[in-house]
Amino acid sequence: MRTRPVTQPTTQPRLVEVRQKVLKRNDLLARELRDRFNAAGVYVVSLVSSPGSGKTAFLEKTLSLLMPKARVAALVGDLATDNDAVRLARSMAPVRQITTGTVCHLDAEMVVKALDGWKLEELDLLFIENVGNLVCPSSYDLGENLRTVLMSVTEGEDKPLKYPTIFNTADLAIISKTDLAEAVEFDWEVARRNINSVRPGMEVIAISSKTGEGMQGWMDWLASAAGLRISSP
Amino acid sequence: MHELSFALGIIEGVEDELDRRPEGRVVAVHLRLGPLSGLVKEALLFSYDLACEGTRLEGSKLEIEETSVVLFCTTCNQERPAISLQHLCCAICDTPSSDIRGGFEMEVFALELVDEDATCNTTHNTTQAS
Repeated sequence: MRTRPVTQPTTQPRLVEVRQKVLKRNDLLARELRDRFNAAGVYVVSLVSSPGSGKTAFLEKTLSLLMPKARVAALVGDLATDNDAVRLARSMAPVRQITTGTVCHLDAEMVVKALDGWKLEELDLLFIENVGNLVCPSSYDLGENLRTVLMSVTEGEDKPLKYPTIFNTADLAIISKTDLAEAVEFDWEVARRNINSVRPGMEVIAISSKTGEGMQGWMDWLASAAGLRISSP
Repeated sequence: MHELSFALGIIEGVEDELDRRPEGRVVAVHLRLGPLSGLVKEALLFSYDLACEGTRLEGSKLEIEETSVVLFCTTCNQERPAISLQHLCCAICDTPSSDIRGGFEMEVFALELVDEDATCNTTHNTTQAS
């Protein structure tokens, strides 16, 4: 921390200038993580959304499409259960649960601890599923290469306007549950306009984990972003 | 609601600073807070008072200076304020931009200290150094 007295000490309060980022500890750990990921050659994708948007279903489908063509693993954050980790383990990819208790987000330290013992250089892709929450995760860098925000068609088109910060800070938007779009009269044009308003130029991929619609497009996009060669099935 | 952990982080950092200035007592902590920090000013103020209890910062005041989102506008070819979090467009010419240059701030930029043995019964002088 750099300090510089700017007024002379008196009995009056004196103002002392400092520079101290409050997130310092998380920022430092996230930077270390990013360096580790880069050195190991692993591409890291985090997933954020509100609870129930289909992160786990999306990740389950993604892992099963990637296995065994790519070496993948996942960390999954949840407040209280290991249900998601159990579901994801069916893909045969290595999965670890981070149970956060009452903490509403993952932070870099939790990721560091959860990675203990894993050989990152043996992975091509690592997914980090955050706790379902559209507010708190935006404050924490996890050292990821790509922050993906999911919104399901059942949540309504105005999610980006209601939670702008998470969209402002994400790299890619996934619209999930497209198989339900017609039933809920989802307005694609409004949704895309809202996303583009909070994050101009952001890529949007629409998928259904249930029917598989859009998943190949996502695979191609991911392979290109991560610099991987994943042949089509 | 994760403001409490940030309040604890602020206090930890200020206590580190006080270790180097044992003569000083903090009457106010000045924090710069951007809208992209994901923190709510009111919740942070509330958490700060709670988190200060029993520390050397007890009784001190958190002064929050809120900043705005700054974008690089390719039309104006310079940094400009954004219209809002919902509309990441240049506030001058309306060009959309995702090149965010400011708004993530979450930093303590100044402390108001009084010498430990000095009695402080004056109102806080909050004139800020620029």
